[in-house]
Amino acid sequence: MRLELVPRRDVPAAARILAPVAALVASILIGGVVIALMGRSPAAALDVYFIQPLTEGWALQEIAVKATPLLLIAIGLSFCFRANLWNIGAEGQFVMGALVGSILPLVTAGTDAGPWVLPAALLMGALGGLLYALIPALLRVAFGVSEILTSLMLVYVADLTLDYLVRGPWRDPKGFNFPQTVNFDAMLPYLAEGGRLHAGLLFGPIAVLVAWFVVQRTLFGFGVRVSGESPKAARFAGFNPDRLVVAAFCISGAMAGLAGIVEVTGQIGQLKPGISVGYGFTAITVAFLGRLHPVGMLFGALVVALTVIGGESAQIALKLPLDLTRTFQGILLMCVLAADALVSYRVRVVTTARA
Amino acid sequence: MGVTEAILLTVITAATPLLIAALGELVVEKAGVLNLGIEGMMAVGAACGFAAATLSGSSLVGVGAAVLAGLALSAVFALLVLGLATNQVASGLALTIMGLGLSGLIGAGFVGTNRDAIPPVYIPGLTDLPGVGRLLFGESPFVYVSLALALGILWFLGRSRAGLTLRSIGENHVSGHALGLPVLRVRLYAILFGGACAGLAGAYLSLVYTPFWSPGMTAGRGWIALALVVFASWKPLRVLFGAYLFGGATVLQLHLQAASIGFPSQALSAFPYVATILALVVMSVGERKATGAPGSLGAPFVPDR
Repeated sequence: MRLELVPRRDVPAAARILAPVAALVASILIGGVVIALMGRSPAAALDVYFIQPLTEGWALQEIAVKATPLLLIAIGLSFCFRANLWNIGAEGQFVMGALVGSILPLVTAGTDAGPWVLPAALLMGALGGLLYALIPALLRVAFGVSEILTSLMLVYVADLTLDYLVRGPWRDPKGFNFPQTVNFDAMLPYLAEGGRLHAGLLFGPIAVLVAWFVVQRTLFGFGVRVSGESPKAARFAGFNPDRLVVAAFCISGAMAGLAGIVEVTGQIGQLKPGISVGYGFTAITVAFLGRLHPVGMLFGALVVALTVIGGESAQIALKLPLDLTRTFQGILLMCVLAADALVSYRVRVVTTARA
Repeated sequence: MGVTEAILLTVITAATPLLIAALGELVVEKAGVLNLGIEGMMAVGAACGFAAATLSGSSLVGVGAAVLAGLALSAVFALLVLGLATNQVASGLALTIMGLGLSGLIGAGFVGTNRDAIPPVYIPGLTDLPGVGRLLFGESPFVYVSLALALGILWFLGRSRAGLTLRSIGENHVSGHALGLPVLRVRLYAILFGGACAGLAGAYLSLVYTPFWSPGMTAGRGWIALALVVFASWKPLRVLFGAYLFGGATVLQLHLQAASIGFPSQALSAFPYVATILALVVMSVGERKATGAPGSLGAPFVPDR
């Protein structure tokens, strides 16, 4: 027995949009089976994971807060993925952005520095991520080194750098020896009194609009799309592939870096190990769940953020481990890829010997 | 036991999981498939291996469970990239994300459990030989398996007809298909072999190397194994050489950390990752293009009928 793929000729746009929804449903079913295998009630888990967070105000705010870094990183990554470049080190660029962006808030903490610190910090955060993403991009352009492995290796280096700084030179001397820096004065303001929503959330919708415009309405966006779908055509059309690699990596690095510094100045308020809970990797799932479309990724980020919040409450309410959320994210990504293939191809099961 | 002997033993210990996983991936990539799921399969292999060995009390059952776990995960990957022609990079990443989570679920009940490591081989007389006895005749069984794998794969790829078929499919699957070669079936077997190897490498980590299970214990070894394949220009003996070189670098770093020569420990911990990047750069400089990558590596294959 074997599977045979027959390309479908006219795929309706609605089918392409519905594919990730079907994938989500399928992965929830698979997740339910996993939970049942663990001897728990899938119905109770479904309620805690997907229903309860949607009915409580604090949880809805928390979803928006968690979705923001995911969305920013995913939008950046979509430029790479569309151009068939595999930046899988967004996690490292996130951490580097947080690190470089924190320099000014750290230096000015406790002083009467003006309101310029915060915008400068955000800018430096984006720059930090950008420069860090430039390493795999330049290594690829100059030496032909696979960007997949270099970008991933740099995640470990970034994590260790953060670890070194918060345990060593940047440690808060009054912090009872905890590996953490002083608390920043330069923080993103809250959008509403007493809420959890900070001004950094505004970057999400802005990024969606800008990304949509760049991808659909600019020559550069066109070049990114063409070089992903047909590198040869892109070269004949005169797009410089090297410049495209560097540009795509710069965008995704800057977005991840911005996400990093927004996370720090938006809600954490200091540097410490574990400022990222795998946002850089989770954003890969978000990017594909949103089919690399800015609006799609907005929904994707909200859905994945929902599972993160749901996972945290499930850990408390049902004693379900957090690893369940990670497993689910992996299953979700697989289902999204499979659903996309099922939309593009008709699968025929051939049971006889080949004709 | 002399100092040199002790150091060489630890180098081999550090190199063996990398070697086993990288050899498996080498075969997969030679068939034209890029499986980025090694890290995930290794993690699940380590967790399943430890769980099964603890529950059954038999190390052999543990090893078997780890291999089966690697096989099962790679079968899922094969279903995606071969059955549905999905993007290999994204599918492999999904496998790693899922595998790391799954390993946590499986291993959660075994944190803090200890069991005796699988003992090294002991051959009366030979193992007791001064100087080289332990080194040549007293290694872990995994070490001999890994060396046999390296030689077996060298023979298979270079000298056997099936190996030639596999290589030609990896080089150009369109031509292979036109010649009537079973592209997808060969790739399926290659992927399953790679999964079994990754599971076995995971078993080595939790049953010999540590020997306990802890979350995130693979620590990027699956990714380093992937880099080793590139570093070795897709040649089995060079994978062997690269793995031992890398094992040596890891041991050197551990010794430097123990000696505490004023370097921050994090800089030394970062060393393997930086070294991997540098090794990849060195390999690419000069050779520029002809690094020996299989021609169809990473490209999905949909046969036209």
